[in-house]
Amino acid sequence: MTPQSTFMIVATVNVGQLKKLRDLLGAMNKIPGHADPENALIPFYKFDQLHFARFVIIEANTAHEIREFGVNPRPWRPTLAFLGDVDGDTHTFLADLVSNAEPGLKAIFSHCEDFSEENLDILQWLQAHDIRPNANYVNWLGRTVKQIREEIVLHQTLSRYLQEIAHDVDWEDIRTVRQKLLSHVEMEKHKGRLTLSLPEPTPREWKIRNLFHLLGVPLILLILSPLLLIALPFFALRLRMLERSDPELFIRPSYEHVKVLSAQEDWDVSNQYSVFGDVKPGLFRLLTFKFILILTDYFARHIYNRGFLARIKTIHFARWVFMDNNHRVFFASNYDGSHESYMDDFINKVGWGLNLTFSNAVGYPTTTWMIKEGAQREHAFKYTQRRHQIPTEVWYKAYPGLTAVDLARNSRIRQGIEVRQENDAEIREWLRLI
Amino acid sequence: MKKTSDFEFNDMQGLLRFGYGGLTDTCFMLLDVVNVEMAREWFATAPVSSGIKASSLPDTAMQIAFSKEGLSALEISKTIIEGFSDEFIYGMVRSSNCSRRLGDVGRNVPKSWKWGNGTVPHVLLLLYAKQGGIDAWRETVEDELFKKAFRLIRLLPTTDTGDNRMEPFGFEDGISQPTIDWTLRQSTDSHERDRYSNLLAAGEMVLGYKNEYGQYTERPLIDPAKDPLAEHLPNAEDDPTLKDFARNGTYLILRELGQDVSGFWQFLDKVSDSEPDKREKLAASMVGRERDGTPLIAEHIPGVSRKDHGNNFTYDLDANGMHCPISAHVRRANPRTGDLPPGATGFVSQLIRILGFGQKNHDADLVASSRFHRILRRGRSYGPTLFPEEAIQPNAPIAERGLQFICLAANISRQFEFVQNSWIINSKFGGLQQESDPLLGDREPLLSGENTDQFNHFDPLGAKQKVCHLPNFVTVHGGGYFFMPGLRALKYISSLTTKGSHNES
Repeated sequence: MTPQSTFMIVATVNVGQLKKLRDLLGAMNKIPGHADPENALIPFYKFDQLHFARFVIIEANTAHEIREFGVNPRPWRPTLAFLGDVDGDTHTFLADLVSNAEPGLKAIFSHCEDFSEENLDILQWLQAHDIRPNANYVNWLGRTVKQIREEIVLHQTLSRYLQEIAHDVDWEDIRTVRQKLLSHVEMEKHKGRLTLSLPEPTPREWKIRNLFHLLGVPLILLILSPLLLIALPFFALRLRMLERSDPELFIRPSYEHVKVLSAQEDWDVSNQYSVFGDVKPGLFRLLTFKFILILTDYFARHIYNRGFLARIKTIHFARWVFMDNNHRVFFASNYDGSHESYMDDFINKVGWGLNLTFSNAVGYPTTTWMIKEGAQREHAFKYTQRRHQIPTEVWYKAYPGLTAVDLARNSRIRQGIEVRQENDAEIREWLRLI
Repeated sequence: MKKTSDFEFNDMQGLLRFGYGGLTDTCFMLLDVVNVEMAREWFATAPVSSGIKASSLPDTAMQIAFSKEGLSALEISKTIIEGFSDEFIYGMVRSSNCSRRLGDVGRNVPKSWKWGNGTVPHVLLLLYAKQGGIDAWRETVEDELFKKAFRLIRLLPTTDTGDNRMEPFGFEDGISQPTIDWTLRQSTDSHERDRYSNLLAAGEMVLGYKNEYGQYTERPLIDPAKDPLAEHLPNAEDDPTLKDFARNGTYLILRELGQDVSGFWQFLDKVSDSEPDKREKLAASMVGRERDGTPLIAEHIPGVSRKDHGNNFTYDLDANGMHCPISAHVRRANPRTGDLPPGATGFVSQLIRILGFGQKNHDADLVASSRFHRILRRGRSYGPTLFPEEAIQPNAPIAERGLQFICLAANISRQFEFVQNSWIINSKFGGLQQESDPLLGDREPLLSGENTDQFNHFDPLGAKQKVCHLPNFVTVHGGGYFFMPGLRALKYISSLTTKGSHNES
């Protein structure tokens, strides 16, 4: 199994170069916000381990909102972030990236601070500017781009063939139908038109680290549990005090802002989402936020890694990243469906989870006991998330037209090739997928 | 509020409560205001029908709605207009993103619409009359003042329905409608509403009341200190110091949809090898009901007979669409889902489902909870009746046929646009592939080149039956968003004066 990893190269944009940079990035696109995979700067199509990538210029458009808490906004300069999700480790990808796109990377990052084109080891520079997420979600741990592409071909092959033979086979004799399909797959493999590669062995080092994480986090919590238990009543008291006193900002996003965001949306079946805002002032909120994200990361890594994040099956990748010395937080995701349906899922399916994390961010609607209300305050929630959303300059998806549910189904079709179904009902269930 | 009679029906236009099915004849007009003063004067005495139930069926009815352009033309203040939702303010054709989402692409592209691309006419006037009475009613309405005040932009074609409840393809229409909780007694708490229920919070359909989230939908509120005219408007329930311009009003969504009736039946006939039974079955599986409205799902809600009406069922026991295809039009338009996937019986099993576990089916829980995405349909069809048996003939009489699709909703984006986008147009709805709505789909391929023009259903043995290359059966000819005010708000609109803005008077 090849585990996935992330990268996020972050650098402050030089004063006066924002527009130039934006134009340069815009030239990578074929349609608004969507990369031409064969663009000259970063030819995304060349990286067969890259799932998603985006360039986003992080601007603190909502920085003033923290004044409602009696705190002056911290300065923030527009910052370029290049982030993505890859198979295998980050280092290998970045090396590959440099060897295939060094001039493009230089052209882009030369608009950023402490980047001088001469005497620069760009790989080293990228690594030095790579920041780690505080929590990360992968829809299906171990499913590589290569596997996804092979399974697309498998699905298409089977689907075509099944339609060809549909009228000539006896559907009462379902086992023969399966046999025909299996033989066809073998034939196509033999002809070299279909490949179903075996998974790579899981890296030992990753396995060990994963095991440590799996056991370590609960162990530390267990050790700390007496302390946490003692702290709990104080936590609850303080929480309720803050929930009662934190200002709720009911500000409608400007239509101009919404227009810029929506111009990039709904070209494909999937969309991107980037949001940036302030952590509420005070150590209490920061520690709570961090603690919740440790748990989020833990559950995403060990439990929600098989096609669903709680009830949501439409998120491919997502990450939460603290920035500006823990004063600000950035969230990015790649999801299926429209923005409206994504938000309605957030409210109706995982409102409690969203409340747990983002109730610690400025502008989030008032919660009670951290899980109730919040996102369910529909307008306040929809306003705040749109207001804090920032446009993505360039977005790349390796498998346009496919949803996470599609990918899961293709994998199940493949499983049906490799593992024989036990009875007719299972065979029919499998055929239904094709 | 406990009794139905406590609701302010006298301030509400009747269409929110009645479909006026008994008034079979209709005349729908799109008007522009040409003389503001006279238009106001006309509105002041216009006999708009309220939501009060009369002891007998009235002979006529009239309903009025305004586009944003109309509110501006009538000099409603900018602050009031800005209080409406973006969807209403900027309209159905507000961006190419909106058109992509609504399926207004390809043959449906707004550029080719007969009306509604660019500016939307100011006023939508809906007239209803008993059989044979519409001409007289129209003559009464279009008095001298009316003629000076308005210019007719488009007379929307409608056909007097008689006893016919069929839409042009030949199916009984208007069966699934939400029941509005006029007594405001049902809880909106998700923990009490796991299962699908047809009873809907009034605020989902009427502005100024609590919606299914227990919240008040965004709408213009007026400070009466700054606007004395607002004094007679209802109070805002969520802030009694303010007046609620939109209370007892709602949004009216109008789309003129052309239906290719002979194209529909001829295509079905072709793919059914001209076997009438097969053709009929395929048509029913595309629609999700038989032609007389009988659902394809056997009744399983305890204690309710399937014959009672076509509404007492959910798709819970047909998760894979073996009986009613997932892509069937009525299943897309109202998937009858609850807040949680089916099977939650107690606290523990609820919790398991909330956390995303305990799902037997891989494709379970892909569709959003229905109660946040309901609409109240009030459309009327047009064009001469063409029965399927005639429609399949090569010389079937050609005529314009279709539906003036009208629906009411308090939140255009979460209700109409969501249903149209995520449920109707979406080729990935409920885990499907390459299928859009068999009736309404725009048939445009995805950007990746993947088709969306298929329809799949299952035969009794469970073999997938693929129907490919569905042509367009429905074409959008126009559309717009309107605000249908409460009667006090209509009074407010008619009592504005041009000289010396009401803000200063």
